[in-house]
Amino acid sequence: MRLERELTCREIVELVTAYLEDALSAADRERFEEHLVFCDGCGNYLEQMQETVRLAGRVTEEIPAELEARLLEAFRGWRP
Amino acid sequence: MDDASLVAALHAGDEGAFRDLIRLYGPGMLRVARMYVSSRAVAEEVVQEAWLGVLKGIGRFEGRSSLKTWVFRIVANTAKTRGQREARSLPFSAFGDEDEGATVSADRFLGDGTRFPGHWAAPPASWAPLPEGSLLADETMQVVQRAIDRLPPAQRAVLTLRDVEGVEADEVCNALDLTETNQRVLLHRARAKVRAALEEYLQ
Repeated sequence: MRLERELTCREIVELVTAYLEDALSAADRERFEEHLVFCDGCGNYLEQMQETVRLAGRVTEEIPAELEARLLEAFRGWRP
Repeated sequence: MDDASLVAALHAGDEGAFRDLIRLYGPGMLRVARMYVSSRAVAEEVVQEAWLGVLKGIGRFEGRSSLKTWVFRIVANTAKTRGQREARSLPFSAFGDEDEGATVSADRFLGDGTRFPGHWAAPPASWAPLPEGSLLADETMQVVQRAIDRLPPAQRAVLTLRDVEGVEADEVCNALDLTETNQRVLLHRARAKVRAALEEYLQ
């Protein structure tokens, strides 16, 4: 018998990271996955969060050239 | 290059290997430093000091963690010490400027007087039909980059370490002195904001 009521979409979106991090209790994980079975909106939300993580992993940045120059100078002055 | 070869290259005074390393981790280190200090300029000083610490300590690096994790731990500790010395450090502490509340706007959901309160009023669309080229286009990546830049410092540091640099959750907790729950909440808020920026751009 299930005592807990169903999760709403508003609740699901706040649990997505805990779900992806495998930090939900077994019972909550089950409720989360049951909701996804019938809710396309939440399925899309979960996919969008996963895609966000993937795109964040593609971010490339450069360090300021002047900082790089200072670091290289420090390296030249360093003796192991 | 694996960690052992990198360490050996640094020992041998290989400037190219050092340059590759600072280019690889420097941007993430700056974001971590900004979690604790008040300005970009001070963050740069922290990163420089941290690299000097890395070089000084390289002989003691035993490979128990990855070189990456070790470097990020050093920059976090350097920044913390520097932040404590700064008169203005308090408002920039890990949680001083972080927000609370729902990560998705309330008007996306049906209200209490409706048949399905709390369910989507405006459900998100699938991004699956979007071509890979448009997701990875420079403009899309700039949206991601700008959204990360706008995050509060602790959220920015956690998302940078976890999602940009790929550091494991327990290593991030360790380096930034966060509980598992705090780390996850910061990551959740940060990801939700970047997602929202992407949704707005892609729709």
